Amino acid sequence: MTQPSRHRLSPGVAAAAGILLAIPIIALLWVPLYARKDPELWGFPFFYWYQMLWVIICGFCTAGAYALIQRDRRGRNGGPR
Amino acid sequence: MSATAASADVVLAADGKVDGVALGVLLFFFLLVTIGGFWAANWRKADNPHSLDEWGLGGRSFGTVITWFLLGGDLYTAYTFIAVPAAMFATGAVTGFFAVAYTILIYPIVFIFMPRMWSVSHSKGYVTAADFVRGRFDSRFLALAVAGTGILATMPYIALQLVGIQAVLDSIGLGGESNAFLRDLPLLIAFAVLAAYTYSSGLRAPAIIAFVKDTLIYLVIAVAIVYVGVHIGYGQLFDAAEAKMATKNPATGAATGVFVPASNNYWAYATLALGSALALFMYPHSMTAVLSGKSRNVIRRNTAILPAYSLLLAMLALLGYAAIASKTSVIGVDGKPNPQLAVPHFFRDEFPSWFAGVAYAAIAIGALVPAAIMSIAAANMFSRNIYKEFLVPNATHKQEAQAAKITSLVVKFGALIFVLVLDKQNAINMQLLGGVWILQTVLAIVVGLYTRWLHRWALLAGWAVGMIYGTLAAYNQASRVTKHFGGSLANFPFTDTRVYIALSALVLNIVVTVVLTLVLRAMKAPEGVDATTPEDYYAEKAGPEVTDLPGTEGGLPVPGGVRA
Repeated sequence: MTQPSRHRLSPGVAAAAGILLAIPIIALLWVPLYARKDPELWGFPFFYWYQMLWVIICGFCTAGAYALIQRDRRGRNGGPR
Repeated sequence: MSATAASADVVLAADGKVDGVALGVLLFFFLLVTIGGFWAANWRKADNPHSLDEWGLGGRSFGTVITWFLLGGDLYTAYTFIAVPAAMFATGAVTGFFAVAYTILIYPIVFIFMPRMWSVSHSKGYVTAADFVRGRFDSRFLALAVAGTGILATMPYIALQLVGIQAVLDSIGLGGESNAFLRDLPLLIAFAVLAAYTYSSGLRAPAIIAFVKDTLIYLVIAVAIVYVGVHIGYGQLFDAAEAKMATKNPATGAATGVFVPASNNYWAYATLALGSALALFMYPHSMTAVLSGKSRNVIRRNTAILPAYSLLLAMLALLGYAAIASKTSVIGVDGKPNPQLAVPHFFRDEFPSWFAGVAYAAIAIGALVPAAIMSIAAANMFSRNIYKEFLVPNATHKQEAQAAKITSLVVKFGALIFVLVLDKQNAINMQLLGGVWILQTVLAIVVGLYTRWLHRWALLAGWAVGMIYGTLAAYNQASRVTKHFGGSLANFPFTDTRVYIALSALVLNIVVTVVLTLVLRAMKAPEGVDATTPEDYYAEKAGPEVTDLPGTEGGLPVPGGVRA
């Protein structure tokens, strides 16, 4: 059976992962922040390139959260899982 | 509003001829995926192919890469290739580009709760979200509500795929016949072939075909990006779109669309994105693709690599603007304007026939893959949560899988009804309508993953209120073409702020559920027995410790065919 100690994240790691995941959500739900045309980038109005940029940043955020959680788990179980 | 009637842009009418080269290329790829679809039955063949775990979840054996293709094929559908660009073409950012925000928001949200769903499903042998609700809340009727909603919400989503295939056939020049049967014959044939290999190969078929689909899509979009950059220029593209969106309709005086949301649209934009994101992973087909992964980490890794598709979606959305800039005609073979034709006609007009054929194949296969997964997922739900739970309680594994296979056919024909009834001018609305319904199950499923505090009867009542409100509000939305189900935005109750109906309904659902939970808890209403333990929510890769679990609740089979 699964051992209980395996899955408890340390509070610091849980908070850091939570913040990483919250950042893209806030960045996109706060529409007034980016509903504007300027500054343009390569002809793209701000509204459009801002959201496309967040596709990439969001990938890094989830990858970062994943790495944090995996490292925490490995540290606790004394080996890769 | 009348994007399509802005006939100043519309210069070309259909010449009514069938494009033989494009049709040949499309048929070649269609044949290729058909062979792949049937061959898939033999891929990673299991010892016990006649079980729902095998047919419906591909034996729960898929790793990160296959899951990436499968989820990509699952989430980025004709919605992406046809409906979103069509919405951009017709009315601009609020109805179309929100899809980019939506397909970003899903990943952090999924990262948080989906691993728990995967673990508990593996631990307990759950195949559907309704299985989980049944075990967690000990309520067959709440599970029935979740299953019924899943099946219902899937149908307009499959209908959207059919509209995508129709747009391709129309662009080739098929479907202009006055005879209704002949007109729809190519669609029916494509559909019958899809139904046949889904029936025989189950989830393995779309997993195989997804490879072909993605290769084609990435190729087509790469060419389109370069082409637009060289021949139109992105500055030009946005200028043309801005000019069109600002054009006033002479009859109503209203602007055609929205180029960049203004303060009266902020809430609409944010709620469409958030509502769609929350809804997506409640759909049976997304759940199916997640549960077919072989470990808990497969889904988390995928939240980092799946956004690659969202960039693709953004570029495809902008092809709607490219169609505006290059003055693409959207007149169909029936002589009527149809914004869904914006992307296929863009390829038809700007590229040689053979390449247009490749683009058509990408779109058509991109519609077939999700249609297959969706019908499999809805069928899993019927078989597990209605057939076995209510109709034939002691069904064998083989009967269960058989019921699912037959349901996969029935669901596809349910989708055909939505094609006939709903406004095809506004296909994106089909997906949004499904979202209105499916979002009402989010409390039982997602909140249920963390706590049993919400009472099962309160959840059922909240679901019912949300469903009724959402359906009525959607029913009351008129569009240019239909009197009902014409849009997915409505005023939030007692305000003038337009929001996505799904979220207003969810707010109502939450209020009812919380209030009734307090009442029921005060009355000490029986809350049933929880079939899951806290450890189930953290179970890792399916090892012996998982499959050797003793009996599961409700006679549900555990993975590997061990009978409870």
